[in-house]
Formats: sequence, C-alpha cells, structure tokens
Amino acid sequence: MSLLHTVNKSPFERNSLESCLRLAEDGHAVLLIEDAAVAALDGTAHTETIKNATGRLSMYVLGPDLDARGLSRDRVIDGIEIVDYDRFVMLACEHDSVQSWL
Amino acid sequence: MKFGILVNEGPYQHQASDSAYQFAQAALTAGHEVYRVFFYHDGVNNGTRLTVPPQDDRNVVDRWSELAEKHSLDLVLCVAAAQRRGLLDADEAQRHGKDADNIAPGFRISGLGQLIEAAIQSDRLVTFGD
Repeated sequence: MSLLHTVNKSPFERNSLESCLRLAEDGHAVLLIEDAAVAALDGTAHTETIKNATGRLSMYVLGPDLDARGLSRDRVIDGIEIVDYDRFVMLACEHDSVQSWL
Repeated sequence: MKFGILVNEGPYQHQASDSAYQFAQAALTAGHEVYRVFFYHDGVNNGTRLTVPPQDDRNVVDRWSELAEKHSLDLVLCVAAAQRRGLLDADEAQRHGKDADNIAPGFRISGLGQLIEAAIQSDRLVTFGD
C-alpha cells in the first residue's frame, strides 16, 4: 500500500513534517503544500533532513505555493519535484490513499 | 476517479479553502468526479452568502457556488458546526426561530454521516485544514 502524504506546515513552526518523514514508509510520496513549501528550499536548517528523505521517499512541492510565498523555484533541493495542482490530483490517483498531516 | 474533499478552515483565515478549491477544479478539469465537498469546523464559514470581500480580492464563497453549479457538486456544511457559527438554511432558521437564513447557493446543511458516507463512496478523501 502506497500513501501520498501531504504536509502543510513550515518545519520552522511545527514538527508535522518531521513526524511525517519518520513514519512514512519507503516508497511513499510526500507533497509539501502551503507553508510546508519552505521546507523544499536548499540551504536551510532542515535541508539535510529533507535531502536524506529524498533517497527513500518521492518528494514533491506544490509550485504555486512556492510562488505565492516568493520562494524561488531555483532554490528547491535537487531531488524534490515541483508540481502543479494537476499533478497533485494525479499523485492522489497514483497512490492508494492520501494522508494529510494537519 | 471519485474524490471526497474535506475542508476544515474558513475563508480568508487559512489557505485550506483555497487549496481545496484549486484541487477540486484540477480534479474536475482532468475528468474526475468530486463526490462531495464536506465543510467541517470553521470550514462552514465558506458557505455564507452574506460574504462581501473587497472587489479586487477573490470571492471564496461565490467561487464554490459557481463551481457547484457548473459541475453539480454536493457542498455540505456540518449542521452542528454551522449552528454554532450562525450558518442557517431556511429550515434551520425556522426551526430555531431566527429571522433570516444565510446559506450560499449550492450549499446544503447536513450531518456528519455525510462525511463518513463520502469517505466510503469516494476512491480518495483529501483533507485540507490547519
């Protein structure tokens, strides 16, 4: 069973991304949306944790949420795919269930 | 594929309703079915027709109503959450002796069972909240 996890909190504010990465199983997908988009940036205190996760999880970030926050798409960590809402819907279809980490 | 969508936050306060709307629109455009959008907790505030946002801002409530009309969506407000927050349809207003109702077009008020049923009937339930 493969899950799509969505995380919407900045890791600088809450620990839901940390919990998600700890509990997500190998091969699951994690989509960073809303304030969690900041976690996709390279060169932050959380970059190392995220980079480690890209090895065993498919990591995505919602492009419109990067743009809405003025976060440059060029700064996104290698290994995190930038997606739009159409791809968000496709990811939801491709996985057996969607787990929202609120 | 059939999607159920759960919205737990009100408009203009949190991005949840905007994210849910964008997701619903993308799903419908891709040819999927949105079985139901269930508004729970502060999410019920998405369903008041008395909302008047500034003209240069998006109208979150109208946007949901228009999407519902276009795609025959089932937009459901949780009745207990709605009553606490002053969201009433004509029947509820009469039942509680209130002088007005304020539910927006395309929305209806029903019980939490509608959320459970949406989860059962849909292939995926996607939650947006805080």
